[in-house]
Amino acid sequence: MTMEHLPALQVVLPLLAAPLCFLIPNNRLAGLFTTLVSWIVFVFAILLVIATRDGSEIHYAFGGWEPPWGIEYTVDILNSYVLLIVSGIAAVVFPYSLTSIKREIPESQHELFFSSMLLCLAGLLGMTITGDAFNLFVLLEISSLSSYTLISLGRDRRALTASFQYLIMGTIGATFILIGVGLLYALTGTLNMADLAVRISSIGESRTLQAAFTFILVGFGLKLAMFPLHLWLPNAYAFAPSAVSAFLAATATKVAIYALLRFLFTIFGIEFSFEAMQVHWLLMPLAVIAILFASLVAVFQDDIKKVLAYSSVAQIGYMLLGISLFSVTGLTATLLHLFNHALIKGGLFLTLGAMAYSVGSTNIDSIKGLGKAMPLTMAAFVVGALSLIGVPLTVGFISKWYLILASLEKGYWPLTIIILISSLIAVMYTWRIIEKAYFQPRPEGSIDVSEAPMSLLIPAWLVIAANIYFGVQTQLSTGLATNAATMLIGAPN
Amino acid sequence: MGLQASDLIILALTIPLFTGAGILLTSRWPNIREGVTLTGSILLFATVIALLPHVLDGERPTWELTEILPGLKLSFTVEPLGMMFALVAATLWPINSLYSIGYMRGNKESNQTRFYLCFAIALSSVIGIAFSGNLLTLFVFYEVLTLSTYPLVTHAGHIKARDAGRVYLGILISTSIGLLLPAIIWVWHLTGTTDFVAGGILKGHIDGPLLTLLAALFIFGIGKAAVMPIHKWLPAAMVAPTPVSALLHAVAVVKAGVFSVVKVIAYIFGLEILRDAPGIDWLLGIACFTVVVASFVALQQDNLKRRLAYSTIGQLSYVVMGALILAPLSLIGAALHIVAHAFGKITLFFAAGAIYTASKKTDVSQLNGIAKRMPWTMAAFSIGALSMIALPPVAGFLSKWYLLLGASQSQQYMAMAVIVLSTLLTAGYFVPIIYAAYLKDEDAEQQRDHGEAPLPMVVALSLTAGGTLLLFFFPEIPLELAQSVGVVSP
Repeated sequence: MTMEHLPALQVVLPLLAAPLCFLIPNNRLAGLFTTLVSWIVFVFAILLVIATRDGSEIHYAFGGWEPPWGIEYTVDILNSYVLLIVSGIAAVVFPYSLTSIKREIPESQHELFFSSMLLCLAGLLGMTITGDAFNLFVLLEISSLSSYTLISLGRDRRALTASFQYLIMGTIGATFILIGVGLLYALTGTLNMADLAVRISSIGESRTLQAAFTFILVGFGLKLAMFPLHLWLPNAYAFAPSAVSAFLAATATKVAIYALLRFLFTIFGIEFSFEAMQVHWLLMPLAVIAILFASLVAVFQDDIKKVLAYSSVAQIGYMLLGISLFSVTGLTATLLHLFNHALIKGGLFLTLGAMAYSVGSTNIDSIKGLGKAMPLTMAAFVVGALSLIGVPLTVGFISKWYLILASLEKGYWPLTIIILISSLIAVMYTWRIIEKAYFQPRPEGSIDVSEAPMSLLIPAWLVIAANIYFGVQTQLSTGLATNAATMLIGAPN
Repeated sequence: MGLQASDLIILALTIPLFTGAGILLTSRWPNIREGVTLTGSILLFATVIALLPHVLDGERPTWELTEILPGLKLSFTVEPLGMMFALVAATLWPINSLYSIGYMRGNKESNQTRFYLCFAIALSSVIGIAFSGNLLTLFVFYEVLTLSTYPLVTHAGHIKARDAGRVYLGILISTSIGLLLPAIIWVWHLTGTTDFVAGGILKGHIDGPLLTLLAALFIFGIGKAAVMPIHKWLPAAMVAPTPVSALLHAVAVVKAGVFSVVKVIAYIFGLEILRDAPGIDWLLGIACFTVVVASFVALQQDNLKRRLAYSTIGQLSYVVMGALILAPLSLIGAALHIVAHAFGKITLFFAAGAIYTASKKTDVSQLNGIAKRMPWTMAAFSIGALSMIALPPVAGFLSKWYLLLGASQSQQYMAMAVIVLSTLLTAGYFVPIIYAAYLKDEDAEQQRDHGEAPLPMVVALSLTAGGTLLLFFFPEIPLELAQSVGVVSP
């Protein structure tokens, strides 16, 4: 009974929980309720992965209205994999936020925070699971609007401008997507993704189709912070509350990448996207620029959150590079990095949040001397940094290995060199932080700091430990990613 | 014993780690903590010794830890070269621990728990490097060694230490990720494996200039071998406490570098295909250049530890040279030199640390007449120096003999000339120290009454000096191991 409605519950549960949460008068109860919901959602995602990992698809018609009329949810191995990432991160970040927001957000706004987190989660999960192009837009807006709210809750007043900047850019992106979807509807008369795919493949040369493609590409490019459309991201991550930075960095851009993949491969189809539109020759240079330049910019940032944010732009470059290589290995690298980068950045932002909780700032000078004052937190940060660099036995190595393999398969060895160079730049920007923490004494006259509370350390270490676990036991992540990539691109020939 | 050879590998890898855990748990009681270090190091020594008969019998024990990706395994195989390296590290760790106790307490260093802990982790990764069964495993432990020795280099924690640490980490990490890793990926891309196989795995997969390029990637990518111009990290690392310089930057870390070079040349390339590589002589030329130039630089250093560091750079390139001469005899010389130089150089560093602890003197020019006050230390120093110069009856003579034989066998006259020249230079920078220590009178104004360093240090340096002598008279075991390096077993 429940199993049958699993795809719907995956989204409806957090969606309904959001207003309910707002009604709970007690902040503590509201927080626990949110956590509970995130855990249940995570269990649902695990069940969906189990149900689809053999390659089968689940179709769920909402309200019993069959597809051309109603909204259909389609679950296959690709989106159950993304659901797993999103809900898994939520299941760790939500309990973490119970403590972390205490010093960041005034009590009166805690309910708003929890409700917005739930809405954002519902939106992201919905974008991932839906089989309907317009529904995707609606859920995208739900997640975007709630994330504008969440970012503006940051304690620094610049959080408001950051949120506003993101609001403008995000709205432009969403509008572009809406225009694209509208054009598709005008052209084909359907919004169901599966139907769209069938009808588009028979259209042939069409200016409208090309326009729709371009609008959608640019729209998602904005949402996923593709270079040079990434300008909103550093401020948004930097000024949001710690838990929000961790949650958005680990999930929001990933879901946008997923949506882009869905449009490129499933809806427009390989023939149109890669042969007629040659999209990979657009993505590759942009990805390379993102990888090199965003990494370099990260070296010169003074706010650690901004360092991580620019590094995220570079990591998104890796994912786009994987797509642009247009092979099963390349796509596997992209999907793997979706998973691995969620663990890396999630873990790093969570440990950074623990530091901010103790010292009250994320400026690079404020963490001086934390190596001694907060040994456990800093140790977690070091492991996360190693994973970001891509040292073997961490997940970062696995994604880079696949990406390098994919570039060598195509004979593009300069790309291999670029990937290695950017790893070296990653050494520079992470080591700057680590050196400050271990080699400089606490600033004069600063308050005594001690280790972060367990309620922050345990979630942070959980994600950091996953960096190592999935760096050694790779069967689960590589298995799912390879299968999903093969499904998208067709069996290798 | 009822232990299988593969169990011994696991033990050898984990004993240092358990030792590290023990050190953490007992950090509040320094005497027990040092007891743990000594016990752990002796257990490791016993374990490695227990592996020796297996390897001498021609066995190649293996152990597979896990398969990260299809074809990418973490696996360990004990072959003669690795056995030799592990044996050197495991023999010198207990002695060095003894020395450390004297040094760290004598100089009242801070953060001693972290010091012993990082030391134990470094030793575990040295064993990992020595026993690695493929390039990936080698690479993993190579990086762990870099990272675990970083806190040791920067132990003092002041600005100078931090800057030195930056140089250390910057050079080692950037060469390993920028050059070594691409080389490994390249090998994997060509052959689909990274396993070490006697005789090499690259035959028939690559030739011409690309082969030379690949060899260059390995030789410069393994920055720990300190072939010029990738040598700056080694003098920088001298800011560390002397026991670190002694065991790690005269033995474990640098030997991990040249060991990897020899291993790659013998087990990935194979001597045969490299002989036909165009321009391979240039690589040999760079090694020769390093030997000569490092010796000249050493001549000019007044700081004793820096002089020793540049001497190490020169001596390391002997090993690289021995491997690149590409003759079986010179390969034996290269392998033997890993052992001989280890014992000689650790003795020299021990002596330098002992002098510092007893008299706070760091410069060569301050050492006039010191032999009267520290007779044991200077006697050991002299033995170590003789071994560096390569005079009989000291271990250094043996390895240089084989290097010369190999060079003449393959008619590398340049290499022969370099060996002779650098012998003169080595004498040039060590003999004045010995002369001043024994025959000059103490300077009147900086007299400070002192005797020998604390007893554990004197015992340690006497042991390694004795080892240097013994190796000359009883070279059977290292020689037998060296002779079977890279030999294709039937």
